[in-house]
Amino acid sequence: MAKRRTGNGAAAGVVHRAIAHDSAEKHVSGAALYVDDVPEPPGTLFAAFGLSARPHARLTSVDLAPVRAAPGVVAVMAAADIPGKNDCAPVFADDPIFADGVVEHVGQCIFAVAAATVEQARRAARLARIEYEDLPALLTVEDALAANSLLEPPQVMKRGDAARAIARAKHRRAGRFGIGGQEHFYLEGQAAFAIPGEGRDMLVLSSTQNPTEIQHVCAAALGIPDAAVTAECRRMGGAFGGKETQGAFFAAVAALLAWKTGRPVKVRADRDDDMEMTGKRHDFVVGYEAGFDDAGRIQGVEFMLASRCGRSADLSLAINDRAMMHCDNAYYLPNVSVASYRCKTHTVSNTAFRGFGGPQGMMAIEYVLDEIARALGKDPLDVRRANLYGGRGRDVTPYHMRVDDNAAPALMAELATSADYRRRRAEIADFNAKSPILKRGLALTPVKFGISFTTTHLNQAGALVHLYTDGSVHLNHGGTEMGQGLFTKVAQVVADEFGASLDRVQITATNTGKVPNTTPTAASAGSDMNGMAARNAARTIKARLLPVAAAELGCAPGAVVFAGNRVRGGRRSMTLAALAKKAFLARVSLSAAGYYRTPKIHFDRARWRGRPFYYFAYGAAASEIVLDTLTGEHRLLRVDILHDVGQSLNPAIDLGQIEGGFVQGAGWLTSEELVWDAKGRLATHAPSTYKIPAASDCPADFRVSIWRKGRNREAAIHRSKAVGEPPLMLAISVFHAIKDAAASAAGRAVRLDAPATPERVLLALEDAAAAADAPKREAAE
Amino acid sequence: MIEVELAVNGERETVSVDATQTLLDVLRTKLGLTGTKIGCNQGVCGSCTVLIDGKPARSCLVLAAGCRGRAITTIEGVGTADAPSPVQQAFIEAGAVQCGYCTPGMVLAAEALLRKTKRPSVPEIREALSGNLCRCSGYTKIVDAVKLASERAAP
Ligand code: FES
Ligand code: FES
Repeated sequence: MAKRRTGNGAAAGVVHRAIAHDSAEKHVSGAALYVDDVPEPPGTLFAAFGLSARPHARLTSVDLAPVRAAPGVVAVMAAADIPGKNDCAPVFADDPIFADGVVEHVGQCIFAVAAATVEQARRAARLARIEYEDLPALLTVEDALAANSLLEPPQVMKRGDAARAIARAKHRRAGRFGIGGQEHFYLEGQAAFAIPGEGRDMLVLSSTQNPTEIQHVCAAALGIPDAAVTAECRRMGGAFGGKETQGAFFAAVAALLAWKTGRPVKVRADRDDDMEMTGKRHDFVVGYEAGFDDAGRIQGVEFMLASRCGRSADLSLAINDRAMMHCDNAYYLPNVSVASYRCKTHTVSNTAFRGFGGPQGMMAIEYVLDEIARALGKDPLDVRRANLYGGRGRDVTPYHMRVDDNAAPALMAELATSADYRRRRAEIADFNAKSPILKRGLALTPVKFGISFTTTHLNQAGALVHLYTDGSVHLNHGGTEMGQGLFTKVAQVVADEFGASLDRVQITATNTGKVPNTTPTAASAGSDMNGMAARNAARTIKARLLPVAAAELGCAPGAVVFAGNRVRGGRRSMTLAALAKKAFLARVSLSAAGYYRTPKIHFDRARWRGRPFYYFAYGAAASEIVLDTLTGEHRLLRVDILHDVGQSLNPAIDLGQIEGGFVQGAGWLTSEELVWDAKGRLATHAPSTYKIPAASDCPADFRVSIWRKGRNREAAIHRSKAVGEPPLMLAISVFHAIKDAAASAAGRAVRLDAPATPERVLLALEDAAAAADAPKREAAE
Repeated sequence: MIEVELAVNGERETVSVDATQTLLDVLRTKLGLTGTKIGCNQGVCGSCTVLIDGKPARSCLVLAAGCRGRAITTIEGVGTADAPSPVQQAFIEAGAVQCGYCTPGMVLAAEALLRKTKRPSVPEIREALSGNLCRCSGYTKIVDAVKLASERAAP
C-alpha cells in the first residue's frame, strides 16, 4: 500500500502541477535514445580497455603487439600515443587517461583498443602482456591514516571550545564506527560515442552530468581548442553523481580513438568493468566524543571524519567539506570541532554520489544522538528534538551560517503525530517484551540539507531560448537529464512565461555548442539554476515582444498578458504565433541567452566561515523494521515520510525523487556492501554480488507526503526547493530502526557499522552479549 | 554464422548470427530494436526483458540461434509513443518512469504478469517485478502503474 499526498501545488497553470516526465511516452515504448542506442554510421569502431591487475605497481613492460595483431583491431592507444594532455581529472590534473609508468588501483586503464566489433575489441584487450613490479599498497582508511597518506592536510572546523565543554559535561560518550561506500549502479553504464567531423572537429555524445567538462577533457587530450569539440547529452539512464566526473575518461577514450582512426568510435563499459573502473561513494570511519546534560542536550562534540578517497583527488575535497558541513544535520552544536582526513589510497578514486558527503556527515551526528539516548535511557526522538536548532542563540551552524528557515521542529512534530510515533513506540516495546527472536525497531530522523555547490563559482547556469514565428519555443540549457525530470520542470517554467502550453516547448539535448561554460548538473541545484536561467532568457524575449504586442493590441505594454497560447491586452488578443510573426517583420530578435548566478552565497574555506548555502531543504522520516535476531535479516514494515520541497514545481516528479532517494539510501545503509580483498580487488564487482534494493525489498506500508507548509524563504524558482539529494538521507531512519531493534534484543546499546547487513547485525549482537557477560565473568573470577 | 528465422513482433526476419550471440545483441545490433536495454548483460537486472512465446525472458541469457520458430515480443511490439498499450499508458499516468532505462523491461514483465493473472495483489506484483531492477524510482509508482493497468483491464 502506498499513500501519497502531493500537498501544495494545486495552483492553476503549468507550474506547480503534476505533469508526466517529458519523455514518458518514449520511455514506455523504448523510443528514448541513450548514447548506446544512437545508430552507428558505417565504419563505426568499438572500444575495450586493458586494465591494471595490481593496486600499486610500476609497469615494467607493456607489450601490446599481440593486441594490435588480433582480428578486427584498427587502433591501440596507450599513454605515449596521446597527442595532447594525458588527463581526465575534474580539478587537479591527477587522473591520467592511460596509466603512465605506474598503476595506482586495480582496474586503472593502461591502454584502449578499437576494433570492428565489441567482441573483437574485448578479446584483443585480453592479449596484452603486462609486467608489474609491485609497490606497497594502502587499501583502507586505517592503512592510509597509519601512513599519513592524505590528499591535503586535515581540515578542521571549530566553533566554541568542544574539548572544554565535553570535559565539563555531566555525561560523556565516545566511540568509533564505520560507514560503507556505495556503487551508483545507474542502469545505463558509462557510455560515449565520438564522431569525427571535418578537419579537427569532434562531436562527442556522452552519458554525462557535465558536458562542458567532457568538451574540455576531450579537447585537451586531443590538443585542440575547446571550440573544436562539441559535447552533447540528451539523457542518461541514471547517474546519481556517478556521471559528474566519471564520464570524462570514457569520452576521452572515444575521442582519442576516433581521432586516431578517423572513424566514429563507441565506448560502452560492460557492467563488471564499470564497477571496477569507476569511483563510488566514499566509505568513512567516524570517531566521536560528546558531552551532554541530563536531557541529552549536547554541550560539546568532537568528530573525526576519515574517508577513503582513492588514488586521486577527483571531487573528494568538496565531498569531505560537505560531510563536515552536515555533521550538525538539524541540530545546534554549541561547541564543536570536526577534523576531516581525506585519505589517499590505492583504490579507485571515489567520487560524487547523491548527497556528496552530506549523508556520511549526517550519519555521524545521528549515531551520536542515538548513543546519547541509549546512555540516558531516553527515547531517541526526545533527544533529537531537544537538540534541534531553534530558540535563543541556538541558530548558528558550525560554519557560522545562521539557520533562518528552520523547518525541522515543525516537520518532526507533524510527522511524529501523523506516523503515530508514541503509540507505536509503546506497542513495539510490548511486542519486543514478548517476542524473544523477532524484534521490532522504530526511528524518526530529520534531514536538513544545504542547497548550493559549496564551491561558490559553480553556482551559475545558462540557457538558450528561441521563439519561432509559428509560436513554438526551442529550449536549451546547461542542465542534463538523468531521470530526475529537470527538462520537464524547466519546460514548465518557460511555458509558464510565454503562457504557452507545454507541447509548444521543444526540449532539446544539452549541447556545449548552444550553451557554453556550464557547471555540472549536481548539488540538487539543477532546476533552481537552469530554471532561473531559462526564465531570464524567456523574459528577455518577452520584454522585446511587449512594445510590438502593445502596438498591435492598442494597449499599454504593462497591460499585455501571455496566457493560453495567446497574448491579450485590453479587450483584444492575438495568438503567440501571430505576435512572433509581427515581431519578426518588425525586425525584433526572438532568440535570447539567459544567465543566472545564485545570490547571497559566499564561503571562506581557510576560516570555515560563511554562507555556503542559499537555503536548506528539510525532511523527516519514521521507519519501522522487524529484525530476525537469529539471521540478522530485517524487513521494512512501515515508512512515513514528510518532505519539504517548498512550493513544488511538479509534485509528481518530486514524489518520485523522494521515494527513489529514500530507497536508494536504504540500500546504501542495509544491503549494498562493497568488499575489497587483500590484493585491492573489488570482490563485489558484479550485480550478482552487489545487492541493490528490488521491488520486493520495499516497505510494505509506504506513506510519502510533500509537506503542505513547505515554503522557500528565498526567491528560488517559483519558491520551490531542490529535491534531488535530500531524500536519500531520510533512510538514515532505517539504519537507526535496525539499531533500535538490535539494542532491544541486546538489552543495551550496540555498536553497529553501516551497512547493517545481516552479518554485521549478528556481529553487533554477539559483541553486545560478550560485553554484557564481561562484568559477570569478572565478578565470578 | 548461422542463418536463423526469428518471429519478432509478428514479423519474420532472417538474420545471420554467431553461434554464441545473444538474442539481446541480435535485437539491438542486427534488427535495430534498441528499446531492449543492456543493463548488466549477465542476467541480473531485467532491463533486457522480452517475451518469448508470451513468457518473460532475459534476452542477454538467451542465444539467438535457439529462438528459431519462437514468437518474440520486444517493447517495440507492445505499443508506440503515440499509441501506447494500456500497461504503457498506466506507466505514463502513474509517473512510473524516471530515467526510463529499466522501463521497457518493466513494462514487459508487467505485460507478462497481467496476461497470466488478471487482478494480481500488490505482493504478487512486487514478486513478479522483483527480478527487474530500477535504481531511480523506489518501485512504488511502478507497482501503482501495474495495479492501475490491472484495475482498468478487469474492473
Ligand atoms: S541485461 Fe539482461 S538481465 Fe541485465
Ligand atoms: S527509471 Fe531509472 S532505472 Fe528505473
